[in-house]
Amino acid sequence: MRKREHLSRRSLLGALAAAGTAVLRPRPALSQGRAIITRPIPSTGETLPVVGLGSWITFNVGDDIIARDACAEVMRAFFAAGGRMIDSSPMYGSSQKVIGYGLGRLDRPPAVFSADKVWISPGSRGAGQIEASRRYWGVPRFDLLQVHNLLSWEEHLRTLRAMKAAGQVRYIGITTSEGRRHREVEQIMRTQPLDFVQVTYNVLDREVEDRILPLARERGIGVIVNRPFREGELIRRMARHPLPAWAAEIDCANWAQFLLKFIVSHPAVTCAIPATTRVDHVRENMGAAHDRLPDASMRARMVAHVEKL
Amino acid sequence: MSEWWTYSLSDFLLFSPRIYYRLFELYNAAIWPLQILALALGAAIFGLLLSGVIWRGRAIAAMLAACWLWVGWAYLLQRYDTINWAASYFAAGFAAEAMLMSWIGIIRDRLGFRSGADAAGAAGRCIFLFALVVFPLIGPLAGRPWTQVEVFGVAPDPTAIATLGVLAAAHRPHWPLLVIPLVWSTISGATLWTMQSPDAMVVPMAAALALVVAGWKALAWARQASREGT
Repeated sequence: MRKREHLSRRSLLGALAAAGTAVLRPRPALSQGRAIITRPIPSTGETLPVVGLGSWITFNVGDDIIARDACAEVMRAFFAAGGRMIDSSPMYGSSQKVIGYGLGRLDRPPAVFSADKVWISPGSRGAGQIEASRRYWGVPRFDLLQVHNLLSWEEHLRTLRAMKAAGQVRYIGITTSEGRRHREVEQIMRTQPLDFVQVTYNVLDREVEDRILPLARERGIGVIVNRPFREGELIRRMARHPLPAWAAEIDCANWAQFLLKFIVSHPAVTCAIPATTRVDHVRENMGAAHDRLPDASMRARMVAHVEKL
Repeated sequence: MSEWWTYSLSDFLLFSPRIYYRLFELYNAAIWPLQILALALGAAIFGLLLSGVIWRGRAIAAMLAACWLWVGWAYLLQRYDTINWAASYFAAGFAAEAMLMSWIGIIRDRLGFRSGADAAGAAGRCIFLFALVVFPLIGPLAGRPWTQVEVFGVAPDPTAIATLGVLAAAHRPHWPLLVIPLVWSTISGATLWTMQSPDAMVVPMAAALALVVAGWKALAWARQASREGT
């Protein structure tokens, strides 16, 4: 993925302009007495907490009952902190089954916003895969179904649109990661009715700021952000350095919150989905959905600081 | 997959090292004490490699085929498949190796060994012994618990290396039988390397050594055939 070295003037101006747009302004909801920051899904106005839970690698634990119980505890902490969106894919090994196991252990929390993907070729096999995924999760229907990495996207989007029309799924979208096929993503965003697009975005990988995020705002498409920590690499790299004192100005107690607050403070972003195997980490992550978020000048400062490290 | 060049090995790693090695722990606990039987089988194969009995090729082929079938079914299909959707394809490869071994070694009785001093044969037997005796020690030496030990005949890596050792020790090269163990060694090495395991290069290096020995033997075989032809 291309790494941009500096916050572009265009994206900075875009963020400044967006900061004044009321419709995407963070909205607080209450979770255990503390306000949790939510964002509206542009197509309906339904709100979601700005931090969700990914499952890539972390929830692929097979039949290991100890590891499955640990994942269930992560989910318990996630819901207790006010989290809603859990994201998975048929590509993620046993992750869907493990999420289903966890939801069962937690007596099927009504708050869950189930986000999954279809990832199969040819596209004619999509409906069968989606039904298998639904059974693994143990949900009556998915809240969101996305075409994973644009695989057979034309056929899959036809299937998803039909399912949405029939009330079998509430939202539909497409995904990509690590900067792949952005031109095609843009083209699909311009021509297809989508509720969500999922992309990679973090303090160092900011290519989406130029075109995808502004386009998402223009077209009223929600944005889910994957790989917020570059699979932990950013956290490991930052951990060698002290958190700057000025991070307290945006209520960051650790690097995870610093990195997540950068992402979710972009006005086009609906939700970031960090993945973890640890309860303490999920609590840290959910902490990013509280209190103050950085404004445009603080975001520029965050980028400059991280790029220096 | 489009834009395949933008993917790195880590994009294909679906699980964490912790879960990968826990899989061996749970598998070992579930099949205990089959590991003892597998090691006894390995000792029997080594004894046959050293012996001069006329039926040793068939016996070795039968035991190796049984090991490949077992690993394909019990480990790859029943265990590894729970965290890696590609494992069913790997299991098919292990079954194919078992079939090939049965065809070439048992039915056609082509797996022969030369008795007496033979440097290539000795190198092959050393590779086999390494897989049988040394390989299980590598995990604990790298800091992993004994419960996660990988044993010949029940775990894929030592089974593949041991088979390569037997094939290197054979009196003529059997390229069709070498392909699947070599492919597996590459896949396994890549997986461990992506997981940053300290012993990631052990399997590929042992496989490369077996390949060199087999190549050396092929050259010698070709030279001998040429001499006999002239």
